[in-house]
This record gives sequence, C-alpha cells and structure tokens, in this order.
Amino acid sequence: MADGRLQNQGFGILNLGILYSLLFILFSLGCQRSKAGITVAGSTSVEPFAELLAEEYMSHHPKSHIYVQGGGSTAGIEAVITRAAKIGMSSRPLLGQEKNLYSVTIAKDAIAIILHPKNPIQDLSLDQIREVFSGKIKSWKELKGISRPIVLVTREEGSGTREAFQKFVMGKEDISLESLVQDSNGAVRQVVASNPSAIGYISLGLVNNQVKALKISGVEPNLTDIENGKYTLVRPFLFVFNGEPVGETKSFLEFVLSPLAQKLLLKEGLVPILPKIAKE
Amino acid sequence: MVNRTRYFTQGIAKFFIWTAALSTIAVMILILIQILKEGLPALHLRFFLDSPKNMGREGGIFSTIIGTVALTGVAILFGTPLGVGTAIFLREYTRESKISRIIRFGTDCLAGVPSIIFGLFGFVFFVIWLNMGWSILSGGLTLAAMILPTIISTAEESIRAIPHPYREVSYSLGGTKWQTVTRVVLPSALPGIFTGILLSVGRSIGETAAVILTAGSSLVMPTSLFSPIRTMAVHFYILAREGISMEMAYGTGAALILLVLIINMIAQWLINRYIRHRA
Amino acid sequence: MQVKEKIIEKIFLLIALSSIFILGLITFFIFEEGLPLILKIGPKAFLLGERWIPSKGLFGIFPMIVSSFWVTFGALLLGIPLGLACTIFLSELIPPSIGILLRPAIQLLAAIPSVIYGFWGLIVLVPLIQNYLGGPGLSIFAGSLVLGFMILPTIITISEDSLKALPPSYKAGALALGATHWQTIWRVLIPAAKSGIVTSIILGMGRAIGETMAMIMILGNAVKMPSSFLDSARTLTTNIGIEMGYASGDHRQALFATGIVLFFIIMALNILAIFLSRRRVD
Repeated sequence: MADGRLQNQGFGILNLGILYSLLFILFSLGCQRSKAGITVAGSTSVEPFAELLAEEYMSHHPKSHIYVQGGGSTAGIEAVITRAAKIGMSSRPLLGQEKNLYSVTIAKDAIAIILHPKNPIQDLSLDQIREVFSGKIKSWKELKGISRPIVLVTREEGSGTREAFQKFVMGKEDISLESLVQDSNGAVRQVVASNPSAIGYISLGLVNNQVKALKISGVEPNLTDIENGKYTLVRPFLFVFNGEPVGETKSFLEFVLSPLAQKLLLKEGLVPILPKIAKE
Repeated sequence: MVNRTRYFTQGIAKFFIWTAALSTIAVMILILIQILKEGLPALHLRFFLDSPKNMGREGGIFSTIIGTVALTGVAILFGTPLGVGTAIFLREYTRESKISRIIRFGTDCLAGVPSIIFGLFGFVFFVIWLNMGWSILSGGLTLAAMILPTIISTAEESIRAIPHPYREVSYSLGGTKWQTVTRVVLPSALPGIFTGILLSVGRSIGETAAVILTAGSSLVMPTSLFSPIRTMAVHFYILAREGISMEMAYGTGAALILLVLIINMIAQWLINRYIRHRA
Repeated sequence: MQVKEKIIEKIFLLIALSSIFILGLITFFIFEEGLPLILKIGPKAFLLGERWIPSKGLFGIFPMIVSSFWVTFGALLLGIPLGLACTIFLSELIPPSIGILLRPAIQLLAAIPSVIYGFWGLIVLVPLIQNYLGGPGLSIFAGSLVLGFMILPTIITISEDSLKALPPSYKAGALALGATHWQTIWRVLIPAAKSGIVTSIILGMGRAIGETMAMIMILGNAVKMPSSFLDSARTLTTNIGIEMGYASGDHRQALFATGIVLFFIIMALNILAIFLSRRRVD
C-alpha cells in the first residue's frame, strides 16, 4: 500500500467525522421543525377520500404538499390538539373537550351492513342486526338462511366506524367478543368478500361488487334515501382544526368544500354536503 | 437378523427425512414462485417510475421506492458508525472483560427485541417525545437501532479475521492505535463491514411493523427528512389487506421479493469471498 | 499524543455503550408508558383478566397470552420436526456439492419479509382452511402454519452450524464402531449438538412470539379465549399492532403494558438462548 493511499484514508475518516457532526447539528436544528406541508391525520374511513382530494388539490397547486395518514379518528383529533397535524379527520362527532376545536363537515357517509354476494338474505331489521352482532343470533338458519354459523367481522376498538356502528345499531349492547377484528374498512370488506357466512359493516363509499349491502327494514342505502333521512346509519366526515384555518390549510378546506371536490366525493360513494351537486 | 433391522430402520428414517426436507423446501419455493408469477407481469418500467395514483389502484410505486431508499439510507447512516465503532472498541481496545461482556449482552438482547416493540419505542421516543412526527427521520433512527446488532457482529467478524501481523507491522513502524485502526484495520475490514451493511439493508427493506408506527403511511413524495413516507413493504401490506388492487399488490410483492433476494445474494457472495476465506 | 489516544479510546467506549444505552431507552420508555396502567388496574386484572374491552376500561390480556402460546406451540409443532429433518438432510444426507447450493438458499428464505408470508397465508391457506376444515379460515391454525415456515430458516441454520461444529471424530468413531449412518446421526450427532439445536428452537420461538404483521393478516384478531385451532385469535403482538394507531389515554397505555409483557417473555427467551450458547462455546 503506497503511503499516499494511507494518508488519504486517514483524511477520509476525518471528513466523515465532519460530515456526521454537520448532520447531527442539522438534526437538532430540525427538531424545531417547521411544517413544510400540511399533515392530515385521523380516521381511516376518511383517509382514502382525503387522499383523493389531496391528489386533486396538488395537481392544481403543484407547490403544495399534503400528507394524509390514518391512525383513527381519536388519534387524528389528538394530533390536531398537539399540533402534530394541521388537519384532523374524524368519522364521528366531537365529544366533550374536543368540541372546542374548529370542525367542518366535508361530507356525509353512510354505514352499510355488508354480506357476501352469495348470501341469499337481502333485508334485515335494525333489531335483527343488533342481535346478530351481539351474538344472540348465532346461525344464518335463524334468519331463514342456510344452516351455517354466522361469522361476524368488526372494526377494532378506537375506530370511528365502529363507534358509529355502536351508536346507531348496538346501543347499549356489546359487539360479540367472538367477532373477527380487522383494522380497516378495506380489510373488513376483504374478509366478507371471501366468506359466504360473514357479515360486517363498512363505509358505504367502499362497497363494491365484491360485497352486497343489506337493506335495513326495506330501506336501501342509496343516495336518495340517505338524503331524505330514511336510511339512518349516516355519520358526518369532519375536518378538524386547531383554531380557524388560515393560509394553505384554508385554501385546501375551501377546495374540499367546492363543487369540483364534492362531485369527486359523490362519485366515490359519499354524500356531498352541497345538496345541489346530487341533483345535477 | 439384527443387522437387517438396523438397515431397515435407517431406510425408513432416511425416506422420511428426504420427503420432509424436500417438501418443505418445495413449499417455501412455491410461496415465492406464486407471488412472482402473479407479480412479474406488473413489473414494467412505468411501474417503477410512476407514483401511486387513485389510492394505489393505478400508477406505480415510485414514491414508495424513494421512501424505502430514504429510510434505509438514514438507518445505515446512523447505524454504521455506531456499529463499527462498537466493533472496533470490542476488538481493538479491550480484552474480554466485564465491560465487553456487558456490551455483548446488550447487543444480543437488542437483536432479540421484536419489531413491534421497536415500533412502540420509536413512536413514543422519536415521534412524540422528540416531536419529530411521523417522518423519515423517526423511522430511519428506529431502524438504525434495529440493525445495530447485525452491523456490530459482521464488523466484529471481519475485524477479527484480520491477521495480527498486519497490526504488528503498523505498531512496529511507530503507529499509534488510532492510526493502526484507521489505516490498517478498517480498510481491510471494509468488505466485511459492507456485507453487514447489505444484510441490514435487506432487513430494513422488509421491515413493516416498526415503520408504520414511526414513518407513517403517506403516499406523497417526501420533501424533507421530516416528511412521512410509505415504504414498499408498508405499501404491499396495505394493498394486500385492503384489496384495493390485487394486481398492484402482487406487483409490489414481487418487487419486494426480488429486491430482498438480490441484496442478500450479493451479501452472501461477499461473505463467502471475504470473510470465510480469511479464517 | 497520549492524551489524544486516551480521548479516542473513551470516545470508542461511549460509542460501544450505545447498544446498552438503546436497550435501556427502550426498556425505560416501554415501562414509562405502560406501567402506570398495570398499577392502575392491578397486575392480576391485567394479566389474568379475560375481557379486553377498552371502551369500557376492561384490559384483560389473558386471552392474548394464551393465544400467543398456542400459535407459537403450533408453529414449533411444525417447525421442529421439519427443521430437524431439513438440518439432517442438509448436513448428512446430501453430497456437499448440493449442500453448498441449498444452504445459501435457506438463508435467503430467512430474508423474505414476513408480510410476504402473511400475504401467501391470506391468499392460499385461509381459503383452504375455511373451505375444507371449517371455521373462518382466519385462525390459529393458519397462523401456526405460516409461522412454522417462517422460523424454519432460523432453526435450520443454527442447528446446522452446531452439527458442523462437532469434532469429526464423533462421526468417524461411531461409524468405526459399526453404527449405521442413521444410528450415527440419531444417537450420536444430534444428541451431541443438542444444546445448539435447543438454542435454535428457543430463538425460533422468540421470533414466533414476536411476529406481528403476518399474524395480523391471518389470525382474525378476535378477542376471546381460543378453544380450538380453527378459532380466530389475537396474540400479544397483534393486539398492539391492530389497535396502536387508534389508541389514546388509558387504551394506549394498556397497549404499551401489553408490550411490557411481550418484552419480558422475549427477553427471558433470549437470555436463555444466550446462556445456552455461551455454555456451548465454553
């Protein structure tokens, strides 16, 4: 090994050391990070739609950065309180202290009770659904279906969708502990789509041809019946802010409430909050 | 009579072993083939260059590739000096003493901590306490802690494999320990250390639990070290569970498998060339 | 010069202590977040409680502890015999030329991310179990099968190493005394490599208990005491993984507390493995 090369390697190490010190300084400076971009965190039910909206917004405003992530309604609201996120997504109404936050309904979403397409049952009453999910009714035979045990699929604790389901359907009863638990609406849909004995609940906007949505006492979960109030399993999708939004955040909010964005949401299966859109 | 029974037993035992082993290996290869078969058709150039669109139903996986690279990069950046430094200390600066035993114990224990615990730790320490949020930095630092034991052990192996005469020559020429380490030991150990880095890269790419909890799952291209990102493994997990697009899921899975396989094959080849030969 | 060398040595010492430091940090934070809850509801209610209903403040993780062990037990049931078989196969039954090819192949299999195994389990195993064995398919059985395959490379590579490390005289001696090849393997080599094999099993067990992602995908995550292998269940790891993103307050603390329990179990296993392998080296 030539002497020159040995020298260089010594220098290399020194340079590396300087590089690392610089990085550490950067790192500690960055701990006071300025949020270069908007983080939107919260309900996984709202998440895919928020992502879509963000994508659309950023295509019109190339310099903006909007990061959407899940974590659940409660976590999202908390993130807004601690300012870890600029916008929180919630699929349930605000409770207690949370009511101090500034919230805007960006759309409405219905909860659909879903079955496997091959399941012959089309219609159940709210009472029946409650008894199924609490475990009182254990077999499809009791509902005039095939003689197989009912496989319940539910969302996990902390999910806004589950809380809405609990409020609208279960009331004081608990969802059976025997139920399978999945941590996103998409996963619930997957399980129901692959099991003819399964029943679950997801956001209406996520229902596709892999699963079938139940009628509740004859009322179908379609746009008309949701708007006229006949289908009652409806919940608001909220954007939550720490104080009234300004700047880029306000701009994004205005976009979300605009006809363009609302049409997008309608196409994806949500109920827009601008009534004119639906009639167009 | 006795002789024949023994050989008969042997025959049966060997038959079972052959069957069991071959079928096991076959199943494991089948698992890979299944995903590759469905996923390879999706791997065209656009798949790698486009970002996910429409909630991941269309487009490609570009932003997740960037995310994976960034996260792994940060992990290596922080994990390597710590790991190599530890190895140097254990090999060059001490004998087997109480300190070295404690350090080794700590390293071995760290190697056994499950990834979800790292995720919990990273979440509460980096994301919340240090207020770094869900970011490349949070995820990368957490990963750095996870790969530390691997880097330490491979670095140690390669340093140990350096023949003592190399060092003796340096000392006899009047070199200090520091000079010996930086100009003789380290350069010779570099291939082995690089192998350790490669193995850690392979592991980081596949890591999911710790990453979701610390780096978030945003699909957007990151703009800084403090942006949240989604790695390929996380993207694959989400696609697979939500059934958004089976085609995309298989494609991402195939890309993931290929990447991990290639990296580990290179690492193994390097191990055979540089470490085994020295011993 | 001497001072500079001393300083450099101290710096290296500090760097080397980083792994202990990180371990300490992890322990500290997990306990700091989780311990208050265990103290609040009492260790007995936490560890032995059978109902986990966070919305009602019930945080019993006994079903999760039991399920973790069921799944791991099932995985070992599959992993130990197959792992031993493959080990024997690789080291004794095939010519070394093929062995050189297969050994790295097994190590490559160890590098496959767990989400891939979970995906395969979801797509292939779960429907099979659902259609042919009954139950929802998402079950302990599916989990054990997938986990069994995942820990195979660990068991194989470490057991193989310990077989290779045996002095050649063991094998030569046994054969010279007239033992058949199989008798040599089964009655001499394997018992001699016993501690290494046991270590590999313990490490495999540690990996199995710590696995999260694949299990979330295929266990079904029902919060109840399992009564059959075809039941859906939730392990300590999946309990954390599936609810962590959403939890706050007591709920989140309870998940960290779950982490404490997991941490204890895994540390105990790892210390056991370290202890055994150190004894072997001495």
